[in-house]
Amino acid sequence: MSRRVGVVQFPGSCDERDALHALALVGAEPELLWHAEAELRGVDAVVVPGGFTYGDYLRAGALARFAPIMGAVAQFAAEGGPVLGICNGFQVLCEARLLPGALTENVTLRFVHRAVDVRVEATNPWSAGLVPGATLTVPIKHGEGRYVHPDPQGLADAGQVWLRYADDNPNGSVADIAGVTNAAGNVAGLMPHPEHAVDPLLGGTDGRGLLAAAAPAPAAH
Amino acid sequence: MATSDRAVDPTVPEPAAEPDALATDLGLTSQEYQRIVATCGRTPSTAELGTYSVMWSEHCSYKTSKIHLRRLPSRGPQVLVGPGENAGVVDVGDGLAVAFKIESHNHPSFVEPIQGAATGVGGIIRDILTMGARPIALLDPLRFGEPGDPVTTRVASGVVRGIGRYGNAIGVPTVGGEVDVDPCYAGNPLVNVLCVGVVARDGIQYAKAERVGDVAVLIGQRTGRDGIGGASVLASATFDDNADDEAGQAKRPNVQVGDPFAGKLLIEACLELYARQLVSGIQDMGAAGIACSTAEMASAAGLGMRVDLDRVPLREPSMESWEILCSESQERMLALVQPDRLDDVLAVCRRWGVDATPIGEVTDGDRLVFTRGGAVVHDAPAASIADEGPTYDRPREPWVHPHAHEHPDADEPAPVDPIADWLALLDHPRAADPTPIAEQYDSAVGSSTIAGPGGDAAVLRLPGADGTPGVTLRGVAVATDGNGRRCSLDPAEGARQVVAEAARNVACTGARPLAATNNLNFGDPTRPPVMDAFATAVDGLGQACEALDTPITGGNVSFYNATGGTDIHPTPVVGVLGTLADVTAAVPAAFQRVGDAIVLLGASTRPGLAGSLWLWHVRGRLAGRLPAIDLAAEVALQRLLGDLADERLLASAHDVADGGLAVALAESALRGHRGAEVTPEPDLAAHQWLFSEAPTRVVASVAPDDLAAVEAAAAAAGVPLTHLGAVTEAQQVRVAGVGALDLAAARQRWRSGTARLLDGP
Repeated sequence: MSRRVGVVQFPGSCDERDALHALALVGAEPELLWHAEAELRGVDAVVVPGGFTYGDYLRAGALARFAPIMGAVAQFAAEGGPVLGICNGFQVLCEARLLPGALTENVTLRFVHRAVDVRVEATNPWSAGLVPGATLTVPIKHGEGRYVHPDPQGLADAGQVWLRYADDNPNGSVADIAGVTNAAGNVAGLMPHPEHAVDPLLGGTDGRGLLAAAAPAPAAH
Repeated sequence: MATSDRAVDPTVPEPAAEPDALATDLGLTSQEYQRIVATCGRTPSTAELGTYSVMWSEHCSYKTSKIHLRRLPSRGPQVLVGPGENAGVVDVGDGLAVAFKIESHNHPSFVEPIQGAATGVGGIIRDILTMGARPIALLDPLRFGEPGDPVTTRVASGVVRGIGRYGNAIGVPTVGGEVDVDPCYAGNPLVNVLCVGVVARDGIQYAKAERVGDVAVLIGQRTGRDGIGGASVLASATFDDNADDEAGQAKRPNVQVGDPFAGKLLIEACLELYARQLVSGIQDMGAAGIACSTAEMASAAGLGMRVDLDRVPLREPSMESWEILCSESQERMLALVQPDRLDDVLAVCRRWGVDATPIGEVTDGDRLVFTRGGAVVHDAPAASIADEGPTYDRPREPWVHPHAHEHPDADEPAPVDPIADWLALLDHPRAADPTPIAEQYDSAVGSSTIAGPGGDAAVLRLPGADGTPGVTLRGVAVATDGNGRRCSLDPAEGARQVVAEAARNVACTGARPLAATNNLNFGDPTRPPVMDAFATAVDGLGQACEALDTPITGGNVSFYNATGGTDIHPTPVVGVLGTLADVTAAVPAAFQRVGDAIVLLGASTRPGLAGSLWLWHVRGRLAGRLPAIDLAAEVALQRLLGDLADERLLASAHDVADGGLAVALAESALRGHRGAEVTPEPDLAAHQWLFSEAPTRVVASVAPDDLAAVEAAAAAAGVPLTHLGAVTEAQQVRVAGVGALDLAAARQRWRSGTARLLDGP
């Protein structure tokens, strides 16, 4: 059965159409959720997409966390619903305290867009079909992607580090961390853009494996 | 400000104090001033002088270029909208149309590189948006001084940062462009930006008033003091002082400041207004802001407009009327709306968080009237401002490059170590890997970029008019090209070859070139040789576009690119757009499979060191007569490339241009992580074969099984095909009788050239 997946659209969102397109390709029924609404219309999963929100002049994601819809997202997350934050969405979820740590300016002080290899470290609803140790090629594109956390080892021990940059750490993230989850594992964030790696014509399909919570549920017998 | 005790009639604009001096300060000649007086029938007001001076500036009125631009071909069955609107629009089939245009932001980018480049991006995006199209791609042809110079480092790194900052945040992918460096651009960089947009064939919008009584709604940012005189003072004059910050500091207030977040909201709000058919006409506010948009829309319809400046939301309430009219504050549009649709328009804008304010209305007659504080501050015929400005046929004297008569093919000594020269060419920014620039741009947003920066042309799968990706296999390929050094030796021949190369870049991907846009970057047109170079370059462009059936649907002229009395090279930059019926058939530039045959399609190689990158970069010499292009042969080659791609017979195709076959072979090898073994054509010196830039050549690789079919197709098309060799596993390009280029060493040099430009030595 295909799953209904909501993609949150904030003022200034850029990659929401890309997310809709990718989610449809992996078999979901995606729909846009408007930032000013306070409910999720009964979707089965939520994606906070990449791009920008409110121009990110203050700090990436700093304003988006106050949008009315974020209350509903927090409620949904607390009830165990699968939530994925991609790039700016990851930043928003950190600012909203739904994910640990923070994202700061790249160590190069420059925006960077290139394909990187990431290693799967742990599984969660979004990486359900992947085996830890698997390496995926997925693009990154961000100016503020340097992940910081006071205790990266503790985070890893708790199984909350689900992706690390395999060899090329493009932004100076602590312990090469490219993606983390909350303690329960249902809320996940990552700097790479899985929605930009779903179509062989556009540079590979490795991103599909990171959108597992949107793929159709196995048919009940 | 009107006051009740004022003796004068509040319906007649108050005359400017010291109008002659003000006119001169605003860049108007005394003849132009007299003409304004005659048109108004009285002494003009300050606001009127402000409006006329900006609208009659070179930047807005094309007064110097107009009589020449008329010679460019601009029509064809594929052209839906030609020059004169905000951007050209061409029919690409399946009910879709593509709007595209190139513009420049050269002067602001020298004064303030980050904001100058950023607002250049914002400006061209709004031109495309004004046509009703969703912007889907940006390309940036850039010209800087030589790497290592501290001013160039600051300008180049700032421009790239500015382009990225705006383009990335507004969600339009930057998919290509090109870079060159030359000392002539050290004090006058070129920042050209091309934008592509997609629109339903029946959804094109026009910048024209339609009916009396329509409400003029100002949409977007508040109006401030930024960019006042950007068009007249900054873009229509040379920099007097030497290439440094002093000239820049004084003009910094003329540079606009961009806000990509506001731009993004404006895009989405406008696209919703169009989709719901709520506006009857729309115009963006770029140069000359409110003055320009109102004058142009009224004039296009033969109507008038009355605007109450008290209703314009201001950042600074103390702004004078003329400042409000001429402000170039960014991210603003002027929409004309039927009164019964006004509430819906305001509601859509509110939902997107975009300010929208009714400021006036379309009126009977032909007057453009602005009021402030109840008094008329401006009352003049709209057409006299927008369309009846002066035109000049400026004097010409032949442009003669001092070394154009020389014969480098005959007298330039052959290199002792051609491999060393080959390596040296690879780290010139013209040939080097553009990744250090391209990585700072989001080229992926929109999920439509099949081939991004670094290839011959960018290839995009067209989204639907609503921006939904993946709805059709139809695509477009876009490339830009320009070559100031070659145009300096021979503006006409150079311009022909620039068009041919841009179209060839598009054809290499398998696309059919459809139409062109141009940005003509030249020096001071009051110097007769510069004017001659301009006129002859226009002729060259026209001839090539005619032959290639790529009409020029719009573009821009940037004069006064001169600092301290030195003009830049004549630098026409051309963007060519082509269509692909099926993007899955697009051909890459990189070698694909070991064992594929490497062939040269098009003319066999002939001597061509004049104006070549090798002669300039390795020998420090700019000289010679360019080898002439055979446009009929060029057309045949480009058609053949499209036919071969349709049949999926080409594994790769890459244009031979700067650096000749040497650079073309190295790039295909480096990008494909494959080697090559080739044998030079006979009867030619090794360095000519490697470095000649004779036009109309493409390096292609072909699967052995397809070779016979490719040979037959080339023979049938009358296009020469020369066997060069094969793609190999070994990480080198081996040239029989010359030596081998080690790809590891080559990659290191190729990667360093662009980084040095941005980071300094």
